[in-house]
Amino acid sequence: MQKEYKTLKSVAGPLILVEGVEGVKYEELVEMTTTEGAIRMGRVLEVHNDKALVQMFESTQGITTEGTKAKFLGKPMEIGVSPDMLGRVFSGSGKPIDGGAAVIPEKKLNINGAPLNPYSRDFPNDFYQTGISTIDCLNTLVRGQKLPIFSGAGLPHSRVAAQIARQCKVRGEESNTAVIFAAMGVTFEEAEYFTNEFKKTGAINRSVMFLNTAADPVVERIATPRLALTTAEYLAFEKDMHVLVILTDLTNYCEALREVSAARKEVPGRRGYPGYLYTDLATIYERAGRVKGKKGSITQIPILTMPEDDITHPIPDLTGYITEGQIVLSRDLHREGIYPPVNVLPSLSRLSPTARKVTREDHEGVFGQMYAAFARGLEVRDLAVILGESALSETDLKYLKFAKAFEKRFITQEETEDRSIEETLNLSWELMTMLPKSELKRVKSEFIEKYLPDTKQA
Amino acid sequence: MKEGKVIKVSGPLVVANGMRDAKMYEVVRVSDEKLMGEIIELDGDEASIQVYEDTSGIGPGENVYRTGMTMSVELGPGLLTSIYDGIQRPLQLIEKVAGAYITRGIDVPGLDHSAKWKFKPLKSKGDTVQGGDIIGEVEETTLINHKIMVPPTIGKATLTDIKSGEYTIDDVVAEVKDEDGKSHELTMLQKWSIRRPRPVNQKTVPKEPLVTGTRILDTLFPIAKGGAGCIPGPFGAGKTVTQQSLAKFCDAQVIVYIGCGERGNEMTDVLMEFPHLKDPNTGEPLMKRTILIANTSNMPVAAREASVYTGITIAEYYRDMGYNVALMADSTSRWAEALREMSGRLEEMPGEEGYPAYLGSKTAEFYERAGYVKCYGSEGREGSVTAIGAVSPPGGDLSEPVTQNTLRVTKVFWGLDAKLAYKRHFPAINWLASYSLYMDNVRDYWKKEVSEEYEPLKIEAMNLLQQEASLAEIVNLVGMDALSPKERLVLETAKSLREDFLFQNAFDYEDAYTPLKKQYWILKCILSVYHEALPLIERENFSFDDFLKLPIMEKVVKAKDIPRDQLEKYEDLYKEIKTAIQAYGSGKASA
Repeated sequence: MQKEYKTLKSVAGPLILVEGVEGVKYEELVEMTTTEGAIRMGRVLEVHNDKALVQMFESTQGITTEGTKAKFLGKPMEIGVSPDMLGRVFSGSGKPIDGGAAVIPEKKLNINGAPLNPYSRDFPNDFYQTGISTIDCLNTLVRGQKLPIFSGAGLPHSRVAAQIARQCKVRGEESNTAVIFAAMGVTFEEAEYFTNEFKKTGAINRSVMFLNTAADPVVERIATPRLALTTAEYLAFEKDMHVLVILTDLTNYCEALREVSAARKEVPGRRGYPGYLYTDLATIYERAGRVKGKKGSITQIPILTMPEDDITHPIPDLTGYITEGQIVLSRDLHREGIYPPVNVLPSLSRLSPTARKVTREDHEGVFGQMYAAFARGLEVRDLAVILGESALSETDLKYLKFAKAFEKRFITQEETEDRSIEETLNLSWELMTMLPKSELKRVKSEFIEKYLPDTKQA
Repeated sequence: MKEGKVIKVSGPLVVANGMRDAKMYEVVRVSDEKLMGEIIELDGDEASIQVYEDTSGIGPGENVYRTGMTMSVELGPGLLTSIYDGIQRPLQLIEKVAGAYITRGIDVPGLDHSAKWKFKPLKSKGDTVQGGDIIGEVEETTLINHKIMVPPTIGKATLTDIKSGEYTIDDVVAEVKDEDGKSHELTMLQKWSIRRPRPVNQKTVPKEPLVTGTRILDTLFPIAKGGAGCIPGPFGAGKTVTQQSLAKFCDAQVIVYIGCGERGNEMTDVLMEFPHLKDPNTGEPLMKRTILIANTSNMPVAAREASVYTGITIAEYYRDMGYNVALMADSTSRWAEALREMSGRLEEMPGEEGYPAYLGSKTAEFYERAGYVKCYGSEGREGSVTAIGAVSPPGGDLSEPVTQNTLRVTKVFWGLDAKLAYKRHFPAINWLASYSLYMDNVRDYWKKEVSEEYEPLKIEAMNLLQQEASLAEIVNLVGMDALSPKERLVLETAKSLREDFLFQNAFDYEDAYTPLKKQYWILKCILSVYHEALPLIERENFSFDDFLKLPIMEKVVKAKDIPRDQLEKYEDLYKEIKTAIQAYGSGKASA
């Protein structure tokens, strides 16, 4: 029997202390009914004898210490999942907001999930072609990977993410795919951009959206990514779908976490974020991957905006320690009008060595060569600023030109341009003609014979 | 034993009352789901318990069952090739019981109690033995003979019975009578508390290097068998690749690899790769000498805290048999964070950055369990545990507490550098910032096993790299032309050292592992170019561009490609370099 309590002791920020309770469990879901009859959800954060500390997922506005009723539901927060969720839009706490009817759940799942046994994981190795050269060639994405986009305020991360969602595919496979999109604290316009983008391309029919906009309650954001990932796990491992999960913006999520932590008066770690931020983020990011014996997979593309473009800020820092690489966007490139402004040097995909083996024979060498040549080109550019171009050697000048062309032709591409990996690799070879043949040390000579365009003919 | 009652639940921390006679670090079972926990604080009637499983759904009033035991691991044949979580539960069994997701209250034994092992006695009835002495052995894998030892808790005693044959680890294989006339039955299984170091006769000074096959580590910053080292570095700098390559190639006989709060897919990679990889020293699958402990970042945080102790206790056990054991912990920062989280929940007064004030002493305690020892018992065996911990400093800032506390107790520092990683120079270990304090320990070994010249060559290489760093600043300001020929030569040699010696591809079969002798030869060849060129460069008509285009230079670059079983070729290459450059020199002189 569920009991209702009217013994609210205090309300502070998102936290409510209820006294005199009995039989309350940790992580239990709580339903608060205000005097006006509004229902708000929360969960038990701590229970000590007859006192329960409840963290609300919704605003505490209108909650009174007298009159408000707290009902402990005896179960953790769950989401009802069903294949019918595809094509629907939900709020950050999982209620339909597209005007449609409620989804009839096939089953209910605890949104916290359970840790995946590392022994049961299957190593991701299917090359996921995004059609973006800087990702496919240099930071190859693999199905089942978690690869965040490190961005900054005002950079076009949404467009990049939408492009990836639109174009990504495993080639030669008619696959059963779905996109799950979770917005946390983004502006209405940004959320709208994704909705429209998905509608325009018809992708909406195979997507599930969870939207918590900036106007929605802050603490609701703590549940949003978990709702999305629970749905993803259901679709991937029970319905055999390949699910791409886009989470934006993790910075807002972490801030919500900090707010709760501060309200609890916990000892803060760096920059006021709670000491368990790493563990908490891990319970989100680690819900990507493949499971032995299951057909589906979960690929995660979390987006976060680095405060002050600072990659050492706790949020990008801890994220980088958990995810399998990162795509870093650059403000300088963006200012020069280059799209997608991928900052190649600090970007990384940890799973790309396996993926490079299955694309084309020359990929490994091209990857090394393009990377090294561009890095050298940038060094020369720095040198040219100090010494002037006239002081550069002939080879260095070629590198300087290469770097420019790399930015203009390799990095730059249209938002709608879907380059196949062959196109990307051929483009790489074309750019390599700008360098003396003796400098192409990282590609095998047989591939130079085979793929390097003959410059005399051209 | 009396049961306690839960009065408070806050994340992984549960407080229970009715626990007056409980012991510190006693293992308890919380609620009827039997979640495993450990007592970490006692206050009168109340005990604070860190729970190794998810505590959702637990509330006040539920029972806490006492076990009377401290947190222990099962030690015996069957440990090798296993994959455990942080509290020694085999992940394979968990999968069998619970499926792909780790659910709660799973109770599986650390070792297989039904498997039979062939026990071969090495002592006979009537022999005098004492704790730590070997009474028999079991072929655990083709690589490792598992020595069955008298538990350290037994003093001097006489063997009254010992039998050979096939037994499980619970079967009695021998019996001893101690000096008080008390009989003890011995099985192949020992239980040992993870927080108590296993006893040794004596710790001694390490005297041999742990050969890792990674050139920058072995030649520039060697670690000794029985030493302690740390690898701090920001993300993406290659901590894990370095740790894994150590686990694959280092010449320890037993490897304990702890994935502590790291990525799930990375552990999967290890799990899938190791059974296929061959040990370069013996040609057997690597898994046969390896024990993996995987407590990934999304698994319960308290078990992460326990995982490093579980690992080092197993390492000590194999050390006691007389083996050289290497332990890798990736990453100790996650372990420290687990400490911080528990400390915060206990509402302890925080030290730096919220870490508990005892972080330093806990870190020291852990690394002090490494060492080169005379094993416990009367037999005078020697064994070692080498501990190598990765540290993940936030933002790559080495001044943070975990790195600083680790540096205080480790003698090798392999500093990873994000800038090198961006240039894809791997292993991205910064040769100017790193250090090793084991040079004195390994010097004699180097002289005897490699060459008298090895150390002088290494010192010269370090000097050149150091000079390069200061010259690079000048070049950046005024350009290459301002340098004297000698300085130019230093730069060219240092570049060659960086690209042809320090750079190493962990994914290439031949390059991934370089034996010490081969390292010596590559270094010698590269530096011989420098030595031979020195007298030539001051000449009027010397041209660097021509010199660098000499065909012999190609061969220097490819020096590391000579297979490790054809070391005699280096002698020829070395001579060839000398003659080629001398010929070039005399050609110039006559011109």
